[in-house]
Amino acid sequence: MTRGGTAALPPEARAVLAGDRAALARLITRTENDDPTVDPILRALYPRTGRAAVVGLTGPLGVGKSSVLNRLVGHLRTEGVRVGVVAVDPSSPFSGGSILGDRIRLDRAAGDDGVFFRSMAARGHAGGVARATREVVRLLDAFGMQVVFVETVGSGQSDVEVHSVASTSVVIVVPHLGDEVQSMKAGLFEVADVFCVNKSDLPGADVAARYLTELAQLGAHGAAWVPRVVQTSATQGTGLPELWAAVRAHEDYLDAHDLRRSDERRRLSLEIQDLVRERVDRRLSEAWTRDPELRRLLDEVVARREDPHSAADRVVRRTGLRS
Amino acid sequence: MVPDSPSGPIRVLIAKPGLDGHDRGAKVVARALRDAGMEVIYAGLRQTPEEIVESAVEEDVDLIGLSILSGAHMALIPRVLALLKRRKARRIRVFAGGIIPDEDAKRLSRLGVRAIFGPGASLDDIVAAARRLARPGRT
Repeated sequence: MTRGGTAALPPEARAVLAGDRAALARLITRTENDDPTVDPILRALYPRTGRAAVVGLTGPLGVGKSSVLNRLVGHLRTEGVRVGVVAVDPSSPFSGGSILGDRIRLDRAAGDDGVFFRSMAARGHAGGVARATREVVRLLDAFGMQVVFVETVGSGQSDVEVHSVASTSVVIVVPHLGDEVQSMKAGLFEVADVFCVNKSDLPGADVAARYLTELAQLGAHGAAWVPRVVQTSATQGTGLPELWAAVRAHEDYLDAHDLRRSDERRRLSLEIQDLVRERVDRRLSEAWTRDPELRRLLDEVVARREDPHSAADRVVRRTGLRS
Repeated sequence: MVPDSPSGPIRVLIAKPGLDGHDRGAKVVARALRDAGMEVIYAGLRQTPEEIVESAVEEDVDLIGLSILSGAHMALIPRVLALLKRRKARRIRVFAGGIIPDEDAKRLSRLGVRAIFGPGASLDDIVAAARRLARPGRT
């Protein structure tokens, strides 16, 4: 399971590798809370990650993402696959609070430790996932979960960040989304490796599936992977093995075409850039509140003696954001 | 986005153990805690004590709020407390709401339930109690 010895690792990292669920849960909380003391632990665990298949589930509000997710978890458990889940729900822009309701539909056998389910508030992060989601996925990966699902916030058309987290993205829709599905051609549509038409017991599912199949073929531009379209009914429990087969087919495709590494490279490149942006942001806000010279500069702009663009250049030079 | 404290927002699991299907009260409380800035994991109906404790551990909550209207509180709540002890998770504090006679409330308090709210409790009181229980030593 693990590479190399663990004796030199921080105790929290050792506990996670040893399968301590409470230790994993604590570490996730500290990671979410941006606790700087977790950095060495995450660093120690990083070489032991990258093994799990990370499957994103996204789609508009109310299409049944949690229901599909929990059926998939049930299906994978019958196959003995160890499954991690990160289920993201929005935070209130007013109170910062959140109702995390994705566990309601979790149906797990008593005492089954092959599932670890964590609800996560987006905490103001746009894009459908939380800022710490990637790091939490890695923790579940290090914990030994073979598949990690990321369920996004009910998404708008441009909430495509799941694509920068997952190796396979499943976009879930329902019959009669109609023109909305059409408008998803750009954005959400583009990140789908698999389409799931849920609530397929409702009339119109065949039409929706056919429509998506056509769109998928149009959008494929002769690429080797054409997004698959699967119909499910999470409430009736149908179509889940087929959905999982489609996800597996995409994962196999990544391996067969040697794309896993280049995809991972693309995701890590985005992640590093995000992290740099955060650091730059933090440094800028600190300087902005503390540096009296920057306040004087602002006075100059307010007095129309300096323009905002020149001022920005001076801020960049002064704060050392550019060498 | 103002976190409750440097240690992050307070996280609360709201669950209904046992078989009664009336979750309106639990939902109203969940919303009030959300509006107070807390992250509320709503576990829903018909949860076993085992499921509740496992959820609380995985979600790393500060508090568990149990809503029971079925009369089975003396069977279910002590079981939750015992399981928390077994999981070495007694730092997670438990409060309860529902129709719980005074005699039972006293016994539950002795067993370690930190606050018990009856049908007339105000949401402000529940929120204040949740804050105090989750972040002792802070006002």
